Amino acid sequence: MEGSRTDFVVRLAGESGEGVLSLGEMLTTVLARLGYEVYTFRTYPAEIKGGTVLYQVRVADHLLLSYGSRVDIFVALNEEGYRENIASLSPGGTLIYDSDNVPVQDLPDRCIIPVPIGTIAKKEIGSVLTKNMVALGAILRYVGAPVEAGEQIAEQTFKRKGEEVVQKNFQALHAGYNYIDQHADCSRPLLKGVEQINPDRLIINGNEALTLGAVHGGLGFYAGYPITPATDIMEALAPILPRFGGVVMQAEDEIAALGMVLGASYAGKRAMTATSGPGLSLMVEQINLAGQAEIPAVIVDVQRGGASTGLPTKTAQGDLNLALYGVHNESPRVVMAPTSVEDCFYLIQHALNIAERYQMPVIVLSDQSLAHRRCTIPKPDLARVPRWERITPEPGTNGEYARYAITETGISPMAIPGMPGLAYTATGIEHNEYSDPTYTPENLQAMKSKRFRKLQTLGEEYAEQFVRIWGDPEGAEVGIIGWGSTEGVIREAMQLAQAEGVKCSALYPKILLPLPVRMIEEFAGKVKKVLVPEKNFTGEFAAYLRAQTGIHSISYAKDTGLPFDPEEIKNEIIRVARM
Amino acid sequence: METTQTISVETQPTQRQPKDYKSDLEPIWCPGCGDYGVLNALFKAMSQLNLDPDKTVLVSGIGCSSRLPGFVVTYGFHGVHGRVLPVATGIKLANPELTVIGVGGDGDGYSIGLGHFPHAARRNIDITYIVMNNQIYGLTKGQTSPTSSPQFVTKTTPFGNVESSLNPLQLAIVSGATFVARGYSSMPNHLARIIAEAIRHPGFALVDVFSPCVTFNKVQTYDYYKGRVYEIPDTHDPTDKFSALRLAEEDGMFPVGIFYRVDRPTLDEQIAMIKRQAYTENPSVEQLFRRYQ
Repeated sequence: MEGSRTDFVVRLAGESGEGVLSLGEMLTTVLARLGYEVYTFRTYPAEIKGGTVLYQVRVADHLLLSYGSRVDIFVALNEEGYRENIASLSPGGTLIYDSDNVPVQDLPDRCIIPVPIGTIAKKEIGSVLTKNMVALGAILRYVGAPVEAGEQIAEQTFKRKGEEVVQKNFQALHAGYNYIDQHADCSRPLLKGVEQINPDRLIINGNEALTLGAVHGGLGFYAGYPITPATDIMEALAPILPRFGGVVMQAEDEIAALGMVLGASYAGKRAMTATSGPGLSLMVEQINLAGQAEIPAVIVDVQRGGASTGLPTKTAQGDLNLALYGVHNESPRVVMAPTSVEDCFYLIQHALNIAERYQMPVIVLSDQSLAHRRCTIPKPDLARVPRWERITPEPGTNGEYARYAITETGISPMAIPGMPGLAYTATGIEHNEYSDPTYTPENLQAMKSKRFRKLQTLGEEYAEQFVRIWGDPEGAEVGIIGWGSTEGVIREAMQLAQAEGVKCSALYPKILLPLPVRMIEEFAGKVKKVLVPEKNFTGEFAAYLRAQTGIHSISYAKDTGLPFDPEEIKNEIIRVARM
Repeated sequence: METTQTISVETQPTQRQPKDYKSDLEPIWCPGCGDYGVLNALFKAMSQLNLDPDKTVLVSGIGCSSRLPGFVVTYGFHGVHGRVLPVATGIKLANPELTVIGVGGDGDGYSIGLGHFPHAARRNIDITYIVMNNQIYGLTKGQTSPTSSPQFVTKTTPFGNVESSLNPLQLAIVSGATFVARGYSSMPNHLARIIAEAIRHPGFALVDVFSPCVTFNKVQTYDYYKGRVYEIPDTHDPTDKFSALRLAEEDGMFPVGIFYRVDRPTLDEQIAMIKRQAYTENPSVEQLFRRYQ
C-alpha cells in the first residue's frame, strides 16, 4: 500500500440490518466516480437482521482482477465482526472502529483509530440511522477523498426521502469526516490520484450486467421465483422490461417459473428464468422437456454455497454436475459460464441467441461472488453480439407441417402459434417428424441423433469462439483450465507466479457443453501440467474434463463459501510446478 | 353470382364444422371412455365459436386425457405431468391473441399439479381449463386419485380409501376463479355449450367433467351417474358465491352446469395495460447505463 500507486483494500464488518451493504456500495461508487478501479466482494448472513455482514472493496488505479489477499483498512462496526476479521488485517494496516460498540485490545503494527460512531450519530445528528454515513465520512477522509464526493452520493441515495433526510446525512458525513481530520494522522493518503477519469465506464455488478444484457438481447418474457442470490435479477427486470414490451412474472414456485418460460417461448418470445441451486433442482424435469420437445429457454443459475439449503449467501461452483447431467435419460442442452462482470452482459445475449437458434435449454452458471461483485467495466458495446432470430417455416397446410423434420444440422424450422397452416403439438413424448407419438426403435434412433446433432453443429460452428487463453501455453510449467467466476483471480495469481519465475498459462471455456475439446486438448498438449481450480469439493469440472478429453489434471477443488484468494492460487501453481 | 361468392368467401370467415377440428391421429382411449364424449363436445364448442385452429392452443400434461391435443387440429403443447397451468399462463401472456385451453385429468390437475391451480384462479388468467375427472388413475392402471370417494377400493387402497376427496369446484370458487362449471361426458350437447361459454368467458374458467373410466373405475360408472346427474335449475344465481359453494357441496347428487360466473379484470389485460403505460418509443439499454455511471 506504500508507494506512488493506489492499490488497497477496505473491509467493512457490521451488524446485519445496520446499513453495512449500503455503506459499502456508496463507498465503492464514490471511489469509482473519482476515477479509480474497484472490485468488491460481499457476504452476509442468511437472516434479514442479526449476524455480521462483510463488504470488501479493493481500490486501485489499474485493472483489478480479484478482491486481493490483504486487508489494509478494516472498519469494524460490531464486536462479532471485529473478532471474526481482525486477524485478516495486514501488518501496517489501519483499524477504524466504532468505539461505542467494539472493545479493542492492543494490536501491534497496526494503526488504531477509535471513532465514537454511535455517539456521533445519536447525539450530534439525532438519528442512529446515520451511523453508516458517519462511517463513510470517516473512511473518505482517511483515504484522502474529498467530502464533496460523499455529498453527491448521499444526495443521490436519500433525495427520495426528502430534503430533511438529505441534510441529516450531510451532517453525519461531515461529522465523520471532521472527526478523522482532527483525531487521526491523515498525512499519507492512500488515494494517490488518477491521471484522468474515463467517463465511459459502468460501476456495476454481475447480476446487473446480466440483466441489462438480457434486455439488450431481446428478452421478451421472464418468470422467476425469489431465491438468494438470484432475486435481484427479477427485481431489476420488473421495472425495466415492460418499457421494452416484455413481461415479468413472479411465479408460485420454480417449477411454474420454468413452465411459464417454456409456454412463452413456445408462443414466440425470447424467454428466461433465473434461480439458484435449489430452484435448478426443481426445474430439472422441464429442462429435459425443453431438450426433448425442442423449446428455446435460458435458465440462469446464480450458484450459492452448500448442498440442500447450504449457505444461501455464500459462493460456490457446485452446480456444474446438475447443469451438465441433471436429466433422466438424455436430451441436449447447452451449459455456459460467464467469467467476469463484463462478460455477464455479453454472454447472456449469446445464451439467448443459442437457445433460439438451436431450440434447446441453455443453462448459464453464474455464482454469488460474480453476481454481487461490483466493479468498473468499459461501457458495453451494444453492437458486439448480433441478434439471432428463431428459424421459422413458411406458411403451410395444417397436417402437413413436419415440426421435427430431420435435417443435416439437426435444426428444424419451428412454427409459432398464430402462423397459418402450421399447427402442431410440441411434445415430450417420443415423436416422429410430424410430432406424432412414435415408439419404433428406428424412429428413436433417428430423432435422438437429430436432437443431439444440434450440439455437434453448435460445437463445430461456434464453441471455439467462447474460449479464452491467457498467457502463452507453449512450454508453460503449469496450464490452468478453469471455468466461471474464478478467471480474474486466476489471472492475478498467474502474474504473481510469473513474478516468482513460474511460467504459466490459463484457458477458460465460457461454453462448457458442448465442450471445445479440440482447443482444450491442444492447450493441454503444450503445457507440462494441467491444474484445475474450482470452488467445489469433489472437483466436478476436473472429472468432466477427464471424461470428455482424457486429460489427467491436478484438481484443486476447495469449497469454502468464499472466492479464491490470489496468494492461495499462486502457492498452488508453484507447488504444482515443483511437483 | 360468381363474384358475390368470391366476396363472401373473402369477407366472411369459413364456418368450421366439428369434424374440421379432428386430426388424423386416432384417439388411444379404451372403447367407452368418457374422454371421447369430452373430445366431441370440444369439437362442437370450437365449431360453435368458429375458433381459428391457427390461433388456438391446447395445453396438456400427462395421463390418458392429456393425449387430447394430438387429436385436434390446433396448436398444442403436451408437456410434463401437472404443469398445464404455468405453461398455459406463459402462452397467454406471450400472445394474448391466442385462445388457450388447458386439458388434463384429475391426477394431473388436482394431485401433482394442484399447487398451480389456486394461483391460476386468483390471477384470473384468461384461459379455459377442462379437467376430465374419472376419480381414478387410469394410465397407471387403477390407483386412487384426490377425487376418489372415501372407502373406494383401488390397487393402492385395498382396504378402502381413508382420505376424504377434494372438491375442485369449491376450491376454484374460493381461490378466485371467475367461471366454474361442471359437465358430464354423456351429455355432449350440454357439455359443448358449457365449454363454449367457458372459452368465451374472459378470465380463468374451470370446466370439471365427469368422464367415466370404464376399465378401472367400477363405482363411478355410467349407471352410477344415471339419476344422480341433473342440470342446475335456472333459479340458481351464478353470481352468488355462497349459493355456488352450497350447490357444489357433495350430497350424493351431481348438478351440472355453470355454478359461478363473475367478471374481474384478467391477468393478461392488466399486464397489457402495464406494458402500454410503461412502453417507451425506441427503448435502448443505453439509457439504462446512466444509473451505473
